[in-house]
Amino acid sequence: MSSVQDWEAPNPVKDNRSGLIGKGVDRYEGPLKVTGAAPYAYEVTPPSPPAYGVMVGAEIATGRITGVDTVEAEAAPGVLAVWTHRNVPAQPPRGTKAHPRSTSGSRPALESDRVTYFGQPVAFVVADTLENATAAAKLVRLTYTAADPDVDFPHRLDAAGMPPGEQDTEIGDFEAGFAASDVKLDETWTTPIQNHCQMEPCASVAWWEGGKCIAHTSVQMVKPAQHGLAETLGIGRDDVHLLTRYIGGGFGGKGQTYDDLTLAALAARALGRPVKVAFTRQQMMHGTIHRPATIQRVRLGAGADGRLNAMSLMTWTHCQRDGAFTEHASNFARNLYAAPNRLTGHRLVKLDLPHAGAMRAPGEASGTLSLECAMDELAEKLGLDPIELRIRNEPEVDPENGRPFSMRQLVRCMKEGAQLFGWDRRLPTPGQVRDGRWLVGLGMAAAIRGNFLLPAKCSFSVDADGVITVRQGMTDIGTGTYTVLAQIAAETLGVPLGKVVVEIGDSELPPAPGSGGQFGAATAGSAALAAGMNLRQAIAELAVADPGSPLHGGDPNAVTFQDGVVALENRSETLAELVRRAAPAGLTVEGEIRPAQDAQKWSQQTYGAHFCEVGVDPVSGEVRVRRMLGVFAAGRILNAKTARSQLTGGMIWGVASALHEGNAPDLRYGSLLGQDLGNYLVTVQADVGELDAIMLDEVDDKANPMGIKGVGELGNSGAGAAVANAIYNACGVRVRDYPITPDKLLPGLIAKGW
Amino acid sequence: MKPFTYERASDAKAAVQAAVETPGARFIAGGTNLLDLMKLEIEQPQHLIDVGRLPMATIEDTADGGLRIGAMASNTKVAADARVRSRYRVLSQAIVSGASGQLRNKASTGGNLLQRTRCPYFYDTSKPCNKRQPGAGCAALEGHIRESAILGASRACIAVHPSDMAVALVALDASVETLTPSGETRSFPLMELHRLPGETPHLETHLIPGELITAVVLPPLPEGGQQYRKARDRASYATAHASVAVVGGRIALGGLAHKPWRAADAEAALASGATAEEAMGVELKDATLRDENAFKVPLATRLVAATLREAAQ
Repeated sequence: MSSVQDWEAPNPVKDNRSGLIGKGVDRYEGPLKVTGAAPYAYEVTPPSPPAYGVMVGAEIATGRITGVDTVEAEAAPGVLAVWTHRNVPAQPPRGTKAHPRSTSGSRPALESDRVTYFGQPVAFVVADTLENATAAAKLVRLTYTAADPDVDFPHRLDAAGMPPGEQDTEIGDFEAGFAASDVKLDETWTTPIQNHCQMEPCASVAWWEGGKCIAHTSVQMVKPAQHGLAETLGIGRDDVHLLTRYIGGGFGGKGQTYDDLTLAALAARALGRPVKVAFTRQQMMHGTIHRPATIQRVRLGAGADGRLNAMSLMTWTHCQRDGAFTEHASNFARNLYAAPNRLTGHRLVKLDLPHAGAMRAPGEASGTLSLECAMDELAEKLGLDPIELRIRNEPEVDPENGRPFSMRQLVRCMKEGAQLFGWDRRLPTPGQVRDGRWLVGLGMAAAIRGNFLLPAKCSFSVDADGVITVRQGMTDIGTGTYTVLAQIAAETLGVPLGKVVVEIGDSELPPAPGSGGQFGAATAGSAALAAGMNLRQAIAELAVADPGSPLHGGDPNAVTFQDGVVALENRSETLAELVRRAAPAGLTVEGEIRPAQDAQKWSQQTYGAHFCEVGVDPVSGEVRVRRMLGVFAAGRILNAKTARSQLTGGMIWGVASALHEGNAPDLRYGSLLGQDLGNYLVTVQADVGELDAIMLDEVDDKANPMGIKGVGELGNSGAGAAVANAIYNACGVRVRDYPITPDKLLPGLIAKGW
Repeated sequence: MKPFTYERASDAKAAVQAAVETPGARFIAGGTNLLDLMKLEIEQPQHLIDVGRLPMATIEDTADGGLRIGAMASNTKVAADARVRSRYRVLSQAIVSGASGQLRNKASTGGNLLQRTRCPYFYDTSKPCNKRQPGAGCAALEGHIRESAILGASRACIAVHPSDMAVALVALDASVETLTPSGETRSFPLMELHRLPGETPHLETHLIPGELITAVVLPPLPEGGQQYRKARDRASYATAHASVAVVGGRIALGGLAHKPWRAADAEAALASGATAEEAMGVELKDATLRDENAFKVPLATRLVAATLREAAQ
């Protein structure tokens, strides 16, 4: 096992001799994407013409299928198969692991007559064209016995229980501390269901080569997808070759596979030809996971000096009746502010809604919408600037586990952001600034998100042209994985970016955990660095052992790599020359990264501060973001451009959480009201004015050998709270029920006399 | 999508003729709404008559100083027309506040008037909807949605008309020109084009089967200021919670009813000296409210008051 001390040694990424690390390098796959040459799974051309599968969703939320009439569908033009639970090919029961080390159990499709959520795939039609399959799918007649769905989350808190295996975290005596505090705040916030709305809906194409299933799908984690499909199909894990080369957004919603993959593979096997299956945009809303709604009670007790004496964030949330997901909206509060008396925890209600699951910054994205507004409210009660209040509650060590922080630059983020944004222009009294018809206000909030490192492998090859090929079962969900792996490879082997090829998204490549939890770049990149170092060693040894090399006989540890040249003091040759002569078939090595055994000694987070200026139209209650700035501290930044895109993308999602996004269940049907992008509103370009993200110089040498951390989720954390706080500063109205839409803001504006 | 046949009409008369003679025929122009509805099988035309390329896209001055806008003129073209922008700016403002740039490039003037509601229950075919299936019932009645009508709604339907353009046209006192199945040209006030839902919400206009909108005619430049204002959750591609078009003393309201709503009572009250708030109190006295849409009363009232002020400036 390694120690974080092992990571302190110099390495090519830290040395950054060519300056590629941190540079805003263009996306590796950018030209392919903008020319349409980077196919998503559904666009992959299979070896022979595919058939097209279309799923049929349940039109009830809970009950049983009692009648199946597929006569008309089967007789429709071009139809090749119509399946329901009655005739779908046999699959092992859900969760079966024939291979004990599978990272995912079986996920059977159309498994029974039982319906547990609206939109659950209950029938499947395959036809020669997408149009024929779509038309025939409408002809499948199912009858049900339906029960009244139990989906009224706010009115079912009586059924809330402790999430399995969890308990509340209490430090000190919260109730006593709160009661004894000079200044108290006790408020409740609510956040709605959100849908991922990835640009690319979930989709798959599968075909069989002998006993082996080849499947392209859109998924963030390769190995669990491969293993889950193999278990579902009842075949060996090596008999599934799963590929996910290009992905049009994941956001956590593609952390698992769905029935499109299972049904494509089953149908391809049954029909003996490739089959494509995709969710429609409408089907995505129910058929895949969502971020569940939350009810969050925040209690803060402080002394007149602004020091927190007691802090509590309790979250109520929901998941599907058969599910086990908890939106951990309270967790981040355990690491953020100092307070001697603390209470955090979660309560979970099981409902007849579709499955809840992870969405970008799960926990923080919802939780900061309460606590970071509560801090704003508390600052006002105390007569303190919101930044000053946070500084006064800055902990020296992690407030719950007492561990030192590996790095914590939250205060610097706030201070530098304040200066860059012009925070000193904020008037503490709301409703003082007017610009034409708009009331203008400023708000800020802190951002926090954990940093993680998982085990991963990677291989590096060099060929006779001196081209370095990186191979890894990693994914790029639009985040920039291809690009940062290319940068690490180029910097490590001292070759230009044009001499690097990156191959990812393939279950037959060395495994990596994929994209999620903002652990992707650090995990995949650290494995890549390790593989690159091993290749350097192999090349150096090749050179010094080769009588034909000018480096022959030298010390392999002294060989340098730069500009495509391997050198030993004043002796050198090109990498291509060396390989062509001494190893014409090329060299391939692997490397791997594992978490350090002592990494848990430090509390490891990424931090940031959001600043927002909004305009509130006091006549209509409309809110528009005029300016937004985030300042972040997230370790060494590998690519200034892709990291900034990640952060600003997260910030825009925060705007959406504050102002736009939310999907309400219809209590009668258990379905969601927003079923397309016209009725489910995400933030659009016109909603965001100036937007920028600044990344502080930082190296976190406790994080991994490169000192980098994740940024994919940090930008989302806290961003919505900054918007909400700006709204209050603009007009003096607090709305604690997200999103803050005109109908909710208007009563407060009228009451204020606007 | 159901299979359908398609023809491109050679001229307006042939289009109308085909519409009368072919069962289940529908006109298609930009297709920005109809195609979506066909994919969901909410619309199931057996035959499409493409009128999108008919030479009816010109915008011409009329002899009396108004403008005649061909039914096939794209929303983008109308909004960008220099005469519209200078003389009928309320129309330009209304058009660009609707849909998105891409949709406005494709959407025609006639099609914009005939677009269908965005009520979520209309789009969810697992729910009853009297518009989709007369007599099926209305899931929206007990649904908790903000998008519903407060004026002129019925127990059969509480959907609202989504057009912004039509609201401005009603305030401008525009008229519609059509070609009837008998081959005649007919002209009537645009205000009379759309119906209230009553017991037949599937019937949305007073056009007779096969009748084709050929133009929208704007009367000469009206007196007084003009202004369009729309309140919505996000800044683009969102329908109105409420919208207001003011043209001189005329007021039209959007987002509140099954049709663009001419606020005649409010106009009369204003003319006799009432404040905007008082006038809207008269206009909305019979509003039918639900918990979710009650905010439209203060919203529309405040928008009217503010828009009257802006128009007068």
